[in-house]
Amino acid sequence: MQNIDTYTHVRGESIYLDDIPELAGTLYAAVLGSPMAHAQILKLDTSLAEKLDGVVKVITSKDIPGKNQIGGAIPDELLLAEDEVHFEGMPVAMVVATSAAIAKKAVKLIKFEGQLLEVITDPRVAAEKNQLILPPRTFSLGDVEKAFETCEYVIEGIAENNGQEHLYIETQGAYAIPLENKKFRVYSSTQGPTAVQTHMADVLGVPMHKLEIDVTRLGGGFGGKEDQATAWAIFCALGAYLTGKPVKYSLDRMEDIRMTGKRHPYSTDYKIGLSKDLKILAYAATFHQNAGAAADLSPAVLERTLFHATNSYYIPNVKVTAKSCRTNLLPNTAFRGFGGPQGMFVIECAIAKAAESLDIEAAEIQKRNLLNTGDEFPYGQKAVSEAHECWDAVAKEKLTVTRNRISDFNAQHSLYKKGLSMMPICFGISFTKIPLNQARALVHVYLDGSVHVSTGAIEMGQGVNTKIFQVAEKIFSIQPERITIGTTNTYRITNTSPSAASTTADLNGKATEMACMAIMNRLREFAAFSLDAKIEGVAIHHEKVWHNDKDTGITWEALIGKAYLARISLSEHAHYATPQIYFDGKIEKGHPFAYHVYGTALTEVTVDCIRGTYEIDAVEIVHDVGKSMNRIVDMGQMEGGVVQGIGWMTMEEIVYDKNGKLRSNALSTYKVPDIYSAPKLLNIEFRESDKENLAIFHSKAVGEPPLMYGIGAFFALRNAIKAFNPNSNIGFSAPMTPEKTLMGLYGNKS
Amino acid sequence: MGTKIGCREGDCGACTVMVGECKNNIVSYHAVTSCLMPLGNAHGKHIITIEGINMSELTGVQDAFAKEGATQCGFCTPGFIISLTCFCLTEQTGQQAAIDAMNGNICRCTGYKSIERAAQRIVTIINNRKSKTPVQYAIEQKLVPAYLADVPSILSSWNNQRLSAAGKAKRVGGGTDIYVQMHDTISEEEIELLYEDENLKGIEQNDDELRIGGAVTVSNLYNSQLFQQAFPGYDYYLRLVSSTPIRNMATIAGNFTNASPIGDLSVFFLSLNTRLVLIEDGKRREMALKDFFVDYKVLGKRTDEIIEKIIFKIPSAHSLFNFEKVSKRTHLDIASVNSAMLLTLKDQDITSAQLSAGGVAPIPLYLKKTSAWLEGKKISAQLVKETIAHAQQEISPISDARGTAEYKTLLLGQLIKAHFVKMFPNLPLAQILS
Repeated sequence: MQNIDTYTHVRGESIYLDDIPELAGTLYAAVLGSPMAHAQILKLDTSLAEKLDGVVKVITSKDIPGKNQIGGAIPDELLLAEDEVHFEGMPVAMVVATSAAIAKKAVKLIKFEGQLLEVITDPRVAAEKNQLILPPRTFSLGDVEKAFETCEYVIEGIAENNGQEHLYIETQGAYAIPLENKKFRVYSSTQGPTAVQTHMADVLGVPMHKLEIDVTRLGGGFGGKEDQATAWAIFCALGAYLTGKPVKYSLDRMEDIRMTGKRHPYSTDYKIGLSKDLKILAYAATFHQNAGAAADLSPAVLERTLFHATNSYYIPNVKVTAKSCRTNLLPNTAFRGFGGPQGMFVIECAIAKAAESLDIEAAEIQKRNLLNTGDEFPYGQKAVSEAHECWDAVAKEKLTVTRNRISDFNAQHSLYKKGLSMMPICFGISFTKIPLNQARALVHVYLDGSVHVSTGAIEMGQGVNTKIFQVAEKIFSIQPERITIGTTNTYRITNTSPSAASTTADLNGKATEMACMAIMNRLREFAAFSLDAKIEGVAIHHEKVWHNDKDTGITWEALIGKAYLARISLSEHAHYATPQIYFDGKIEKGHPFAYHVYGTALTEVTVDCIRGTYEIDAVEIVHDVGKSMNRIVDMGQMEGGVVQGIGWMTMEEIVYDKNGKLRSNALSTYKVPDIYSAPKLLNIEFRESDKENLAIFHSKAVGEPPLMYGIGAFFALRNAIKAFNPNSNIGFSAPMTPEKTLMGLYGNKS
Repeated sequence: MGTKIGCREGDCGACTVMVGECKNNIVSYHAVTSCLMPLGNAHGKHIITIEGINMSELTGVQDAFAKEGATQCGFCTPGFIISLTCFCLTEQTGQQAAIDAMNGNICRCTGYKSIERAAQRIVTIINNRKSKTPVQYAIEQKLVPAYLADVPSILSSWNNQRLSAAGKAKRVGGGTDIYVQMHDTISEEEIELLYEDENLKGIEQNDDELRIGGAVTVSNLYNSQLFQQAFPGYDYYLRLVSSTPIRNMATIAGNFTNASPIGDLSVFFLSLNTRLVLIEDGKRREMALKDFFVDYKVLGKRTDEIIEKIIFKIPSAHSLFNFEKVSKRTHLDIASVNSAMLLTLKDQDITSAQLSAGGVAPIPLYLKKTSAWLEGKKISAQLVKETIAHAQQEISPISDARGTAEYKTLLLGQLIKAHFVKMFPNLPLAQILS
């Protein structure tokens, strides 16, 4: 089934934030971001801006009616700076004007003077100075110190990964409309309407029930609009509160890149110990997460790094510690994978380095240590593994053939070298913050038999509304034309969890299933009563009521009409909470995930050894889908995730200078994959399994896991570089840009 | 409404529209990023947005995207649909050309494979076009609405007198640099549009010289038979320069006057001993392109002079030419380093050499000393090494978002190797690569 938004998408008729018709009198906002990364504010002169024709109000922290606080996990983030600024781009003042152009012009007229304070950009420096967002956390299993003593091989090193700009093509934005009695309707391009509502209530000093947050869809999110959409919505609401007029702010790309956080860079020390037969006996790592200037979601991201520190491998002795380090960069935030990819990257670096020092292929170590069902993760949960099945399916078909072909190619060519890598993945599905694993759905059946479904899910291209639609279609067994999925609205669905952690379809789909089932059960009961039949013999499907498999002649529409007259409720609000999951933070053990998703990718690349450029020739994947409920949607998530992951590992490079100034601050300086950068061959095989799982219709979550296949590109490139220059001094630092590739090709070249 | 704002600097393609230009009662369409197009350049043209192709049923391109699931969040989709539809309205055929038509569009959701599959469906249709004109065939195949057939007569009936600004105005060519740099302020500037100036159009051959008008775009150059004959490797060189929609707008003279130290065409033409004809109030003078770049963003021309013609000698049968560029992303990116080299040879002796490079100095650099030193030298692997050593003495790269100075120094050497390896495939590779 095609995505239900397809028709309007391809015709340019889908509504995004910037397409909402504007009310007469709408004003436009623009925000001044701090020009300094860390400073005491000496002077903030808004007088020139206020005098500009068309400027209605310039707003600073003093104008905030409620609390000046938008911190999620920890209340450490101001909406507008007060005495100090902690990162370049930190909102300092906001202009509301009669046009967006005037608002932007006025922002430039605000005079900011600050006394520069020490700027920290390096997480290790922050850690040395004890600038931690929260105390370090450690997950452990077995006795790692003792185990290292028994290892035949012990290898240590440093692995570094850079951040990643989300680059949703629709920038952040919101539109706030003041209503009577200090109520507001706010359209927001957010993955977390409840986060918007909660913090907006605090800032405006009004109860949450005054705030209706409504979201039709996002033009991409990828985590970037989970927490970081909140500020822009509040700015609009604050402007509306203070002026009494509707206020809109749709950021331009430079504002968006300069003022919003990204994926977390990490710098990590690792140590891995192997037995003579290449079993990983011990693994230790200390992660330094670059959180930026405020907590945002960093503590939760950090936690997921620990959860995925051993990727798809069983390691009996593990001790992994993570530090969330406060620096003077943009507060980093959720990004597809949410710290998981950073954890997995490091263990893969450790394995690669071990393999290089033993002069064997990394795959030799990888395959010997894959998880088996029943193996324990460092956090206590036992694996229900598909790791071997996925690995073997790729390896049998492709590994030997590709290895041989590459070896022949490399023997025959000196200008180009090829490399390959295997990348197994294992990703846990559930919010690791257990309370978030709940969702609600509100289903209405109207008198004409048409159905409206509301959930807390945000559609951002991942196809969640299509899956929810399929749930309603299947349970009600009616024509698709009868079903509409509504906007996500805090007046219809309350206290929502953000659309994140790959869980959205599971949580909201299950709630939808429950709501639809409740209505169907009532309808069936009513039909049995009307037919004077036993309920066991009554069924409703294909738009008809059936009795003992015979058509009763009662249509869906007639049934609904009669049920209404009989005063049967045709609406249901259902609540779903994931069963079985728990986690005890005191001992860092539990069963945090509803299930895991597995898979393996083989990546093949070609490096141009003169120019240091490269191409991704092929990515061959076998991916554990459970039972896919929508092949088009799931394939789209996988292909897109892989390419986004490759982007992170290759060309996407966030560059700050030592003063904390973002140099890669536009699409001209920050490059994401274009159509030529996609792998020439991207072959994805769905591996279906009958094993029981908690996914909606057994269709395993597919949002985040495929991104991590992209990590394979880093190691394939490394192997190609080593094929050209075996002595290369190339380190484990992602992304593998053409610069690092060329320096690697010629570093230590004899 | 379907035309989206994604970046306002021509780097994402969400705002792509088609521009139809009527000549001799035939309308030819090309795609542009509307964020960088001065409204004045739409004068007398047919602009097609996504709304302009919507029919009651999905068009062929829309249907192909739908069938292949080539739309996810949908925000970039109208731009892709317009780009691929525009491909259907050109003479081009084949999968590569269809992909090239979408090379200015960024999608963050799909990973492009479904878009490639959608393109394949369209290419299958287009490959059956036979002798029909693209527009006629596209209408028949329901790739575009039937009203496109009426557009030539509508456009021909218009009075297309050129618009011009009074007084001191800022000159704008294709706008692809100036609208990036001055996005928030240019709408308030008095501007004079040079893009449509007939005196600045055209590519002509005069004896052994090519004469290119100042408002000739990169696409004009790419499609020019004269240029293609002069540079058999033209496709390799020019596909490294920005993207299809940007090439459709960007002028060569604009690339020179923007004076970016990394300007692809500046570096390309520097190696050709190019001369410029500058004009101001009807008065003309010639200047070597080498002398045009004085210092960072400082030009050798007077403020009101414009580049009327770009003139260079076509590389002779005894010459070899190559252009190289490396950037973080191979396409639609600004170079870390680029370089061009022209050698004229007698047997294995270099009789003249011209080497240029970008990204290694405050200006697009003509490597005067290295070029002079190369004269009279014999081709050998050793010569490659010595050339690099000389070139690296002549440059002063800085570290920035496009790479460290160390990298750029190494990379220029590598590009010089690439020049030699491409020109002289028989040189011993092992020696050159070591």
